[in-house]
Amino acid sequence: MPNHDGHPQNNQCHYELRCRECGRRWGNQPRSICEDCFSPLEITYDYDWIRYVLGEDSVQPAKFIRERISRRPANMWRYAELLPLPEGFEPRLPVGFTPLFQAPRLAKRFVGKGNDGETAAQNLYIKNDAVCLPTLSFKDRVVAVALAQAKAFGFDTVACSSTGNLANAVAAHAARLGLKAWIFIPSDLEPAKILGTQVFGANVVRIAGNYDQVNRLCSQIAEERRWGFVNVNLRPYYAEGSKTVGFEIAEQLGWRLPDNVVCPMAGGSLITKIKKAFDELVKLDLVEDKPVKFFGAQATGCSPISTAVKTGSAEIDPQKPATIARSLAIGNPADGHYAIRTIKHSGGWSEDVSDPEVIDSIRFLAETEGVFTETAGGVTVGCAGKLYRQDRILPEETTVLCITGNGLKTTDVLAGVYETERPITPKLVEFEKYLHEQVGSAEIPGVLPATVGAGA
Amino acid sequence: MAITVQIPTALRRHTAGVGSIACAATNLGELFTALDEKFPELKPHLRDESGQVRRFLNIYVNEEDIRFLGGPGYSFQDGDEVLLVPSIAGGAQ
Repeated sequence: MPNHDGHPQNNQCHYELRCRECGRRWGNQPRSICEDCFSPLEITYDYDWIRYVLGEDSVQPAKFIRERISRRPANMWRYAELLPLPEGFEPRLPVGFTPLFQAPRLAKRFVGKGNDGETAAQNLYIKNDAVCLPTLSFKDRVVAVALAQAKAFGFDTVACSSTGNLANAVAAHAARLGLKAWIFIPSDLEPAKILGTQVFGANVVRIAGNYDQVNRLCSQIAEERRWGFVNVNLRPYYAEGSKTVGFEIAEQLGWRLPDNVVCPMAGGSLITKIKKAFDELVKLDLVEDKPVKFFGAQATGCSPISTAVKTGSAEIDPQKPATIARSLAIGNPADGHYAIRTIKHSGGWSEDVSDPEVIDSIRFLAETEGVFTETAGGVTVGCAGKLYRQDRILPEETTVLCITGNGLKTTDVLAGVYETERPITPKLVEFEKYLHEQVGSAEIPGVLPATVGAGA
Repeated sequence: MAITVQIPTALRRHTAGVGSIACAATNLGELFTALDEKFPELKPHLRDESGQVRRFLNIYVNEEDIRFLGGPGYSFQDGDEVLLVPSIAGGAQ
């Protein structure tokens, strides 16, 4: 049934848009603002329907649902009933279900006050969306949901404002679905992120301004053109895709919640959606309820949410971004108010780190756990170290660090960190000479015992 | 002195479809007063019960967020273009 805007509207779904301030319901349509009170719209679900459909009147519905989900393919669509997907939607990309693994070598470097005095972290996990397919960031999750709805609403063109990862994801998913894509980015974005958008055939518009200016422009364009802007008129659907990070963390921990989550913050949506995911799992009795603390991570050069948490403010004081962590460089975060509330209500905290600390942390994670993350991941790791040192996170607690993007996209920040080695001729004697120059005789590894080979 | 105010589509049902007006306001307070007089139905959508600008309304002057220009204390210049733009947040339940 078309609504007054001419957009198709479906009120028979188990989800719909609802104003989070005045509560008015808006059915399903490409809209992100309540016209009555100008507040944001949020997806609300019929959880009784979800429980009924997933549980199939089982005697032990929670056990049945957990086992049923666990048997599904290893991607984010295993939680389809908890996402706002159009009727008849058939996923064409296996997005998500990225690895969650313990990080013991990184944990050894995170020292805090444990039950027995100063001790290293013990139960540290990494949720590694640096390998989320197809474009190596968690943005593939949100775009997958947004474009499912874009198709259902009849858009032939999709668009976004982006600090890079979203640009890559919208361009790739649009190519896969045969949609035209218009991508708006700040002109100073990392070259790899620009190339990684253009390669999919998207129209890339570089704006001489920061992300907040790009975002404002996109809000204006969205009023003029019938395009599906994933983070403007499709934003309520888009944001729900982030919940799958939370669903996966709980399932991969054996259907239990962690004690702490450390999450990078740009617009501030992800941290609120992980919280929503945990709440939904509790509501459906799929995990045991327990307090989970949420910790936000920002770069000091763009830390409006972190600053608000530290100063006790409930509102955002916008900043002009000045950081190498461009994927987090949002000075006026749309969900900042909600992120602050999520953090404060959970008993968590927010920290920020300088650009040199970001680079050190990227190297630190790579050298200890073999994970090459982008600048946002460096921010998360750097802030996590601070939170342990401040005893806001205790060593024995189960703590998950959300690594949301891949380091291959931001190699420019490591320029000059590593020397380009001089080439040597392909001779054993040359290599032995080089080895002695590099590490010194006493430290040369892998020396064969003198007896090896004798008498053979 | 005259400034121009652009009204977003989401609010135009309270302005009889008017998307832009010119007025002589010299600061944000005067601008709101002018809008109140011209479009009384618009008032509750721009400010809350205590008179504060609503959390999800961003105000730009010539593409710059007014908070970077001094906020309510900023004195409009002749020819300024003021944009009222909704802040697009997803929120969480």
